[in-house]
Amino acid sequence: MSDNTKHGNHSIHIVPVPVYLAVFAALIVLTWVTAFVSTIDLGRWNIFVALASAMFKASLVILFFMHVKYSTRLTKMIVGAGFFWLILLLFITMTDIWTRSWMGVPGR
Amino acid sequence: MDHNETVMLEHEQDAHYGLQHHFENQEQQKDSATIGMWTFLLTEIMFFGGLFLAYFVYRQWYPAAFASASNNTDLWLGAANTTVLICSSLTMAMGVHFAALGKRMLLVTCLVLTLILGSVFLGVKAYEYHDKWVKHEVPGVHFDCRDDKGQPCLDAAHTPLFFSLYFGMTGLHASHMIIGAAILLVLIWQAYHGKFTPEWHTPVEMFGLYWHFVDIVWIFLFPLLYLIDRSAKGLS
Repeated sequence: MSDNTKHGNHSIHIVPVPVYLAVFAALIVLTWVTAFVSTIDLGRWNIFVALASAMFKASLVILFFMHVKYSTRLTKMIVGAGFFWLILLLFITMTDIWTRSWMGVPGR
Repeated sequence: MDHNETVMLEHEQDAHYGLQHHFENQEQQKDSATIGMWTFLLTEIMFFGGLFLAYFVYRQWYPAAFASASNNTDLWLGAANTTVLICSSLTMAMGVHFAALGKRMLLVTCLVLTLILGSVFLGVKAYEYHDKWVKHEVPGVHFDCRDDKGQPCLDAAHTPLFFSLYFGMTGLHASHMIIGAAILLVLIWQAYHGKFTPEWHTPVEMFGLYWHFVDIVWIFLFPLLYLIDRSAKGLS
């Protein structure tokens, strides 16, 4: 470890262990809470709860377990671009799938 | 090996250990590796993204079939397996942590735990696949989707779509885990023999990114295949 500080030109960010444990606890609790909530009928809110929880969990993993919170801005931009692309793929395609039946097709 | 080479090798054990000549320093080399790994993970997002899109489109077109068929997955087994996978992500994160601190045996322990938890996940998955096989829920000539009362699933004609996506998505996910387990074996071997130092443990860190990514894929697969429509009305 003394070697590590001696050559100070490279910075290794050490995330404190309690941060990992807190993220882990949040992931476990959210998993079981959403599992129980899925057995309650919330109508169209069931899918909202399930996916919002999944997105929050994924964000925790990306930011802390994958160290993106402590990464360079270039890395953050690349990660952001990837997930932005995924939103474009899913959302723009689904706007077509959702709305196509709203207006009748002439002659059908 | 002459004297000069020996001196050079000893020198490599500290600040320049593992540093390739075309990089300025360890930090630049690690940043490059991180960007490269994330670029690979973006192609993985595209890989899985297509399947997620297929799921959303077909779920929108055949909601009854998807609601009915997804109730045949085992909610609590899925939640337990999600827990196992999240535990393996924690041990992986701790592995990277101990690698950065130069704690060799703790790193090896964490990697072994990650491998064990990953194997448990795959074992549970195999049990679920077998269960689906026995219940004729594998799309094909013997496919026959029935609810827990033995009645045919709603919109039974389209239920094979759900199960095709179920096996396609969880299968692609599981194959990533099998590849991950193979890489873990190599990393455990290298870590045990002291290949990684606080200055250079990039393979452990990059594999950590891969493992966590596979975990994220499951974080989305679990609600989509097990949770949504669990309590949907009109289902027996």
